[in-house]
Parts: sequence; C-alpha cells; structure tokens
Amino acid sequence: MRRYLAGAISALFAALPLHADEAVTDFTLDNGMQVVVVEDHRAPVVVHMVWYRAGAADERPGRSGVAHFLEHLLFKGTETMDPGEFSEVVAANGGRDNAFTSYDYTGYFQRVAADRLELMMRMESDRMVNLSLDQADILTERDVIIEERNQRVENNPGALFREQRNAAQFLNHPYGVPIIGWRHEMEKLSLEDALAYYGEFYAPNNAILVVAGDVQPDAVRTLAEEYYGKIPANPDLSERARPQEPPQTSERRMIFRDARVAQPYVSRSYLAPERDSGAQEAAAALTILAELLGGGTTSVLAEKLQFEERQAVYTSAWYSGQSLDDTTFNLVVVPSEGVTLRDAEDAMDAALEEFVKSGVDAEHLDRIKTQIRASQIYSRDSVESLANRYGGALAQGLTVEDVKEWPDVLDAVTAEDVIAAARMVFDRRKSVTGWLMSEEEMTQ
Amino acid sequence: MIRFVLTFALLLASTIARAEIEVQEVTSPGGIDAWLVEEHSIPFVALELRFRGGASLDAPGKRGAVNLMTALLEEGAADMDARAFTRQTEEIAARFNYDASDDTVSVSAQFLTEKRDAAVALLRDSLISPRFDEDAVERVRAQVISNIRSNAKDPDTIAGMTFDRLAFGDHPYGSSRNGTEDSVSALTREDLQEAHGAALARDRIYVSAVGDITSEELGELLDALLGDLPEHGAPMPDKADYQLEGGVTVVDFDTPQSVAVFGHQGIARDDPDFFAAYVLNHILGGRGFESRLMQEVREKRGLTYGVYSYLVPKDLEALYQGSVASANDRIAQAISVIREEWARMAEEGVTEQELEAAKTYLTGAYPLRFDGNGRIADILVGMQMDNLSTDYIVTRNDKVRAVTVEDVKRVAERILRPKDLHFVVVGKPEGLE
Repeated sequence: MRRYLAGAISALFAALPLHADEAVTDFTLDNGMQVVVVEDHRAPVVVHMVWYRAGAADERPGRSGVAHFLEHLLFKGTETMDPGEFSEVVAANGGRDNAFTSYDYTGYFQRVAADRLELMMRMESDRMVNLSLDQADILTERDVIIEERNQRVENNPGALFREQRNAAQFLNHPYGVPIIGWRHEMEKLSLEDALAYYGEFYAPNNAILVVAGDVQPDAVRTLAEEYYGKIPANPDLSERARPQEPPQTSERRMIFRDARVAQPYVSRSYLAPERDSGAQEAAAALTILAELLGGGTTSVLAEKLQFEERQAVYTSAWYSGQSLDDTTFNLVVVPSEGVTLRDAEDAMDAALEEFVKSGVDAEHLDRIKTQIRASQIYSRDSVESLANRYGGALAQGLTVEDVKEWPDVLDAVTAEDVIAAARMVFDRRKSVTGWLMSEEEMTQ
Repeated sequence: MIRFVLTFALLLASTIARAEIEVQEVTSPGGIDAWLVEEHSIPFVALELRFRGGASLDAPGKRGAVNLMTALLEEGAADMDARAFTRQTEEIAARFNYDASDDTVSVSAQFLTEKRDAAVALLRDSLISPRFDEDAVERVRAQVISNIRSNAKDPDTIAGMTFDRLAFGDHPYGSSRNGTEDSVSALTREDLQEAHGAALARDRIYVSAVGDITSEELGELLDALLGDLPEHGAPMPDKADYQLEGGVTVVDFDTPQSVAVFGHQGIARDDPDFFAAYVLNHILGGRGFESRLMQEVREKRGLTYGVYSYLVPKDLEALYQGSVASANDRIAQAISVIREEWARMAEEGVTEQELEAAKTYLTGAYPLRFDGNGRIADILVGMQMDNLSTDYIVTRNDKVRAVTVEDVKRVAERILRPKDLHFVVVGKPEGLE
C-alpha cells in the first residue's frame, strides 16, 4: 500500500482541518465537458463516472420515466457495440458498472483496475453519441422498468405514500413527478421518446467526467482529450430552466391507507431552499437544524418524544440541500403503541415550537460540529463517495469551490442562524402532512 | 461489432491489479489474536470484532434475546445512561455499530487517532458493562416489536422467513433472529444478561484492525478493550437439519408483484469443491447482467428487474438460494425459466468461454475490494472466521484460475438438484398450483 497525503492533524480538535483535505483537480475540455480528478493512491483502483446534467425533472410533460428508461437503454449497444457488450467488457476486465438516475442528473460509472481507465473512456465516450436501438430492445426493457417500479414502489406502501406526498408538495415543479415515472406514462414510452431525450441532453457540454482513485490529473487530461474531447459540443443545448413553484399558500394534509401497512407514521415535509453556488449559508443552517432535531438519540425529537414523553418509537429529521431547485425539509414520527397519529403529530409540533422558543443547546451544537469536522477525515477513506459528492454537486449547480467550502460554511453556522432557519422553514402553508395507516385504523 | 475491445482486454489481462496489502498477525500481551494492516495516511482506525455464535445462541423460548441484547449495547454502559453514552461518543466523533446475525455478533468501530484512548474506553464499557436499564430495554423492545410487525407485512421478508421456517423448523435458523412479538415481550433483564454472557466471550472472538496504529499499540488496545471479557461463553449451537423437499409454497398476500425465494441445500465454505461451486454460481446467477438467469429472465424476456442465485454457507448448514420478483401474472413463467436453467446447468455444466469470462471477472474484481480501511478490516475478520490464513489474499486468485470445465460439471451435478428446488412465492401468483 502506498502512502497518500499525510494529514496535518494536531492533538486538539480546534486544529482539525475544516477545509476538505482530499486531492482534487478540475479543468474543462475545449468542448465544454467538465473534468474532476480525485486522487487516492492507496489501492490500484479507479472509479470512472460520467454525469449528465439531465434527470427526471428535465423530461417533457407526459413522458415521465424517460430519463431512467434511457439510462437502461444505454446498455443496449451502439453502432459498434452489441447489446450487453458494454457490461460484458467491464466484467471481463474484472470491473463493476452501473448507472443511476435522479431528478437532476443521470450518471454512469465503472469501477476497475486503474490501468483499464482508457478502455472505460473509449466505451463511455462512444455511447455518449453513438447509441443504436431497435424496437425489440424498447419493448423488453420497458417490461423491465415496469417490474422495477413494481419492486420499488407498487409493492411498498411507504413508497406509494412518498410518491403522493411529493406530488402534493410540488404544485408546479417536476420534482412532484416520480423519477421512475407514473405507471400509465411508463407503459407508453417509445423509442422516439428515448431518442428525443438522448439527442437533447447527451453531449459533452452537458456532462461532467469524474475520475477518482489511483490516477494522475495530467494523464486523465490526456485521455479525456483523446476520447471525450473529440466529440463536438451540442450547439442547441438550452439553458436549464424548469417550471418553478408559485407562492405556496395552503397547507396540505393527506391520509394514505393500505392494508399492507403494519406500522403507521406521520410525515411532514416543508418546501425549503437548496444550496446555491456562492450562497450556501441558509442551506448550511438547515443542515445543522436537521441534525439538532433528528440526528439520533441525543436529538431534540428523540429526547422529547422517545425519552421523555415516550410517544414515539422512532423520530427523524433530514434535509439534503444538494438540489438544483427548491427542495424539502422532512420530519417523521413513528408513534408508540396506543398513541394516535393525531397525538404523535401534536407532540412533534409542540417539540418544534419549544425548540424555536428556547433556542439551541450550545454543547449539542458543538458536538455536531465536531462530527462534521471528523467526517472530513473519515470521508477520505472512500474515494467512491468523494467522487459522488463532486459529481452530484457539479450536476446540481454547484462548483468544486462550493464543495470545498461547504465544511467551513457549516462550521460558521451559529445558534441564531439555526433558529432563524427554523422560523423561515417551518411555515405550515408550505407544508404537506401525511398519515400513513392501515385500512382499519381510525382517523380521529 | 467492436473487436478491438476484446483484444485490448486480453492484452491487459496479464497485468491485472493485485491487492497490495501487508497483513500482520498480532497477539496482545494478554493473548488476544488480531490481524492488522497499518495504513498511516489517514489519521483513524477501523476496528472489526466478530463473536461466533450470534443469534443462534438464543436459549429455548428466548428467541430474540441476542438481537435485543446487541441493540442495547449502545444504550447505556458503566456509569453512563443511554444518552450520556451517545453524547460522549459524539464528543469524540467515534463511530460504533453493533449488529447480530444468525452466526455472529458484529461490532464495527472507527475512531480518530487523537481520540483513540477515549474511544476504546467507551467501546470497552459497552461490551463489558452494558447496563440494560429498564427504560432503555422498554424503549428498544418497542422498536424491535415495531420491526417485527413491519416485517410481517413485507413480501420479501415473508418469503425469506417462510423458506427458513419450512427448511429448519424449530432450529434457530428456522425463525427470525428478531424473535416474535410474544417471545420479545417476555424477555427479562436477566435473559439479556444471560444472552450477553453467552454471546460475548474471548473463546469466540475474531479481530481485525486497519489504519493509523502500530502492532504494539494494537496489542495494548486489545487487552484494554477485551481483556475483561469472560473466557468462555455458551456452547456453540447444534447443526441445523434441512427438512424441505422440492415444490412450491404460495403465501397469499395482496400485492401486485409476487416475490419468490427459492433454494435447496448448498455447499460448505471449507468443502474442497467450494471454489468450483463459487465459479459455477457466478455463471448461473451471480451478480451482474451476464449471468444465465439474468440473461434468460430479464434481458431476453423482461420478466423481472433482478434475479440472483447465491451460495449461503452458514456455520450450521449451507444453502444454495436465489430470489426473483415478477408481476403476479408473470411469476409462473419466471419460475419455469429458472427451473429450466437450473436443470440445464446441472446436466451440461458451463462452456469453456463462460468459464474464462467468469475467471477473468472474479480474479480482476477481487483486488478491487480492498479499497478502504473499513472494507479491508471487514474482509480480514471474515477470512479469520472462515479459517483462512493471511496468504489467502495472494493465493485466492490462483484457486479460482485452477477451476476447470470438468470441475464445474462435476460440482454442478453434485450440488444442483432441480428436483429439490423449493419456491416460496408471496403474492397473488397466477398459474401456480
């Protein structure tokens, strides 16, 4: 095992590095493709990823699921490669490959021995523009994505509930449409739909290359210019603008019943701002707020609802600011046996209200910041998650600098900032409250 | 058709990456063995502990005791109640994880170099002096019962649990390690203390450490952390007796997609044919789009999102299992394709080409697993539990390469038993008797 950068860590926490310590280099090819290189020379392994700035929220109305459908179809061959050959070649080289689709991006990755990087670039750059599909591929693969929907959503009442909740949360923005697609629209997806999406969004000037592992930035640049740099930019690529939310002025409440629900719960989501490039402070305060409220057994909700009043078996709060457009701040309370959803919801609201009134426990805030600093050390152990962090951020409107500054921005959050963020975000007019329950339960 | 790619691949096959890690065998002054990889570039250590026996050590009538006990290790220890323990862990940014499985209790820890002593002291308290305070027991018991109820309505869990019950009856392998609502409700504090004494002892422990620590420091750490554990725990549980015959069991459950778990007896980890079986399974239904099951059920027919088979060599019995999920009106077809493939493999074995592709993948993928302190520590402790020596990391790929087409054919005939294959199907399947 080779050595990597020696961490300059002193004996005191105050001296823990705030700045991300990872070795990151970034540059842009002449055709507009962005490149990020994350070095980790501990093992002779590389992760090669291409992220497109196009996801489910970029689909045309009525074509829900096409971004994810196309992701599947990218394994179906190009003008020079047979269907399935891509994964076969990766496997024949001892590698692992897959892909993922989100609201804001679609990504493809391979994890291989470092000396196979060139082969990965050759194949990935090929399918960026040379996809070749026929009608038979479409029909079989459409069955596969419908079975995927069955598995992830139709067989899972919690997933069906979340789908309805998102639809209620976003009045106008496509974040209200499921990534995998509405079933009735998935069933009608056509070859033309997939190719239209491909032609519109798959181009070097709409993509980010992330290479992480046992590589040198100069060598990556040479290879990237050779394989990706030769692909012309798409001159018709338009500005990324989705329909935005109007003012949300009406609280939404929903009840979702399903015989398969064994453990009812209350969920609350609030519309919340996302991390913006160069202005991440509000999102940082919300991130800390979620940790304070729902980050484990010492959090405010656990303390109140699980330890003191024992009204809940589980509580949580979470917020992810990494999003291109407005996102959500989420809370969930799973009531104890004999506690109604009404009582659980009231207890949650009482705890939130008391928190905003009484302010932040200084020691609790310190502990959270200590853990954030420490996570900068732990996160260096997984080059793949670092690659994901940069790829996702760049696909969602942030810069490499924003990612590097994020720990500093989090560390600068004060108790006052947190309370101000709570007052801002806990606006019931912008919220959806959902009760997930079985068929029999009463709604009193 | 792109032929250059294959040529390119073959050219590179000879330079395939090797795992370059150096494992030291360490024995502490107090006599505790561990494997260590020193990796000083990031100032933290990943520590993995395994106690053999796990949830199968539950005493008769006390199903769920080891699981609940394990969940309570981080819920108060020595002079700290649950919240004090968590606060102290957070203050030093240590990360502890406790888990019970059928054959093991696992403890994973990560801590910063500069807080090593404090982290070890906390972890020690949780392992040696858990409090099992009444309020903590009640709180966590309610969480376990909530999980048991949710599992009872989850098709995947129902399928797995039904298969286990039919296969193993009253043996601990035949029921969920969570226990039942009744058994968990009846557990007392004494039951938990007994489970603690039964499962956490020095005569069954395996340890690995990877990160910023020397062998001498690790020796001292081991004695401080584990020296006060009792020498002996409960006797190891009896072997499980596989009782299931071939067939189909349908569990009626109103959901749109049927979930199936299938299998029969498998092959032990220390069987001389294990490597041939491992390669065989990779070709039949291992991970990846290239397996025969994935090709036939998903790629050609679009009947599922995923179909897999897996060797499950547990300590007390070995299974060969698989899983698939298809819409209620398509599951019968998926099952019939799987049966055909199972029989075809048993009869014909694999082709030279399939074998070569599998070997290239398996030997190339192996070194890629060693890519982080936590993951390496996990692999090393697993190797110890499988009675492997440290040089296995170097020799493993040779064992894979040594497997021949004849080996696979012989092992396929031996371990694949199409007639014994039993499918448990949860849903509203159409066309299944």
